Amino acid sequence: MTDTVTDRAGRPASGPVVELVDTSKVFGGSAGPVEALNRINLSIGRGEFVSLIGPSGCGKSTLLRIVGDLISASDGMVTVNGKSARQARLDRDYGMVFQAPVLFDWRTVRQNVELPLEILRRPKAEREAKARDMLELVELGTFGGHRPWQLSGGMQQRVAIARALALDPAILLMDEPFGALDEMTRERMNLELLRIWDRTGTTVIFVTHSIPEAVFLSTRVVVMSARPGRITDLIEVDLPRDRNVETREMERYFELVTRVREALRSGEGAPADPTEAARVRAEGLSA
Amino acid sequence: MPPRRSLARGARPVVGFGVIVLLILVAWEGAKWLAGDPWRYESFLGTGISIDHRPPFRLVPVNDINLPHVWSIVEEFASVDARGTTTLAVLVGAGLFTLRNAAVGFAIGAVVGLTLAIIIVHVRFLERSLVPLLVVSQTIPIIAIAPLIVIGLRADWLGVAAVTSYLTFFPVTIAAIRGLRAFDPRAHELLTSYAADRRTVLWKLRLPSSTAYLFTAFKIAATGSIVGAIVGELPSGMSQGLARQILTGMQYYTLGPSYLWAAIVIASALGIGAFVLVTLVERWVLRDARPAESGAEA
Repeated sequence: MTDTVTDRAGRPASGPVVELVDTSKVFGGSAGPVEALNRINLSIGRGEFVSLIGPSGCGKSTLLRIVGDLISASDGMVTVNGKSARQARLDRDYGMVFQAPVLFDWRTVRQNVELPLEILRRPKAEREAKARDMLELVELGTFGGHRPWQLSGGMQQRVAIARALALDPAILLMDEPFGALDEMTRERMNLELLRIWDRTGTTVIFVTHSIPEAVFLSTRVVVMSARPGRITDLIEVDLPRDRNVETREMERYFELVTRVREALRSGEGAPADPTEAARVRAEGLSA
Repeated sequence: MPPRRSLARGARPVVGFGVIVLLILVAWEGAKWLAGDPWRYESFLGTGISIDHRPPFRLVPVNDINLPHVWSIVEEFASVDARGTTTLAVLVGAGLFTLRNAAVGFAIGAVVGLTLAIIIVHVRFLERSLVPLLVVSQTIPIIAIAPLIVIGLRADWLGVAAVTSYLTFFPVTIAAIRGLRAFDPRAHELLTSYAADRRTVLWKLRLPSSTAYLFTAFKIAATGSIVGAIVGELPSGMSQGLARQILTGMQYYTLGPSYLWAAIVIASALGIGAFVLVTLVERWVLRDARPAESGAEA
């Protein structure tokens, strides 16, 4: 599966998948311009799982949307697979998953997954086979004939992931995809997402406001701060690639959670709390 | 037993409709009992009961010319003309002829109305420049332009359908403009991320999201199409439709008001029929839609 992803876009094997150079975004408004992002520099390699974390208003969703060419940057350069973000979108390099599943009520679950393939005018047989595979991948193989509203919130979000993966996207852009789910479902979805990431080898950019989630999922955590939105820290997550429920109980996991938390705090200018590590540890155990 | 319960549920609106019609009829005859012309019957509706009632008041709007007895209208349906055909058969035949014109006009109006709306939502400046003109088009009395269209175009079903569509396209356009913009903006973002072109967005998102608006407009247009067809038939000189029957009823009104009322009953029945038909189509199209009680979340 990794091979098909790499071959499809026909891009050079080396070099970053996403590269942001001095990217800024200013929103104009009646109350004056608002600087949402200030000179972002970030390079994301093939197969990486990068989380963007930060307080509300730090521009992490804006950054994701700029990479996905849903909005354009005010300044700087955005390169995706060696081309502009716009060209990457036109080449269908992206799979998007939002906080809400955004499924079409008038379509069955299977037809929802087929949607991107229909837009590309792929033959019916191929669409059906692909939708079946993707639904199997998210373990909803038997729910193809259901209507989206007949499924639970977690299942709906899995359908959205299956839809996003239907085009074998080079990059999966996820904007707080599990933010609306309860804690139990969220943890199960985290494991599921890791399994899918492992099998597809796709590059993932993942916006979240949950520190444990960011650490558990990512190969790298990008810590951002607000007003104006900027990157304050990049934290490599050196946990073993094969992660499971026990990963959440590892000493290194807690250390990384603490590091991210401290980075978030220092970004806000607050002094780090010496008792923080202990508190995070207690939280991690109860979660 | 679910099937029986759903049957009862389906019957409820029909029963409710019957009760309301009955109440109207009671009020109708009640008004005549209080203020109409004297009731004089040797044998009331063949029952052998003789009635001689002098209403205590006198009101012109409820006398026998303006508001004939319900049974006079029923009797009118059963009465036979010189060729041996009952009024009911004549009026139903005319009604079906008019219904066909109305259906063609409705179809043209719906297509034209929807097409206009699709153009308007895609070309921004048209909303401010074209929509006012469409509003003006509806302020012109249809009766004034009907001869223009019917005589100018063709004095046959096509002309009548044109008049009908003139009356039916407008609600469809106005509702569809709204409906075609009623999509979930996040769904639009999703399609944008797939680099979907505008035609794809129209077919896969805008039109499916607008069904509730469209069917509301279709219901208004379907009922209006019956009126449109009758008005269109008037200047065309067509003799097969309801317009001619209404005209006849008007001319002989002072001699026998029941005939016009009988024609009105048939015209109303057509309007209700058209409305119900659209409702049934809507139900079939939206048969898999999310049930209302499960609500809209997130």
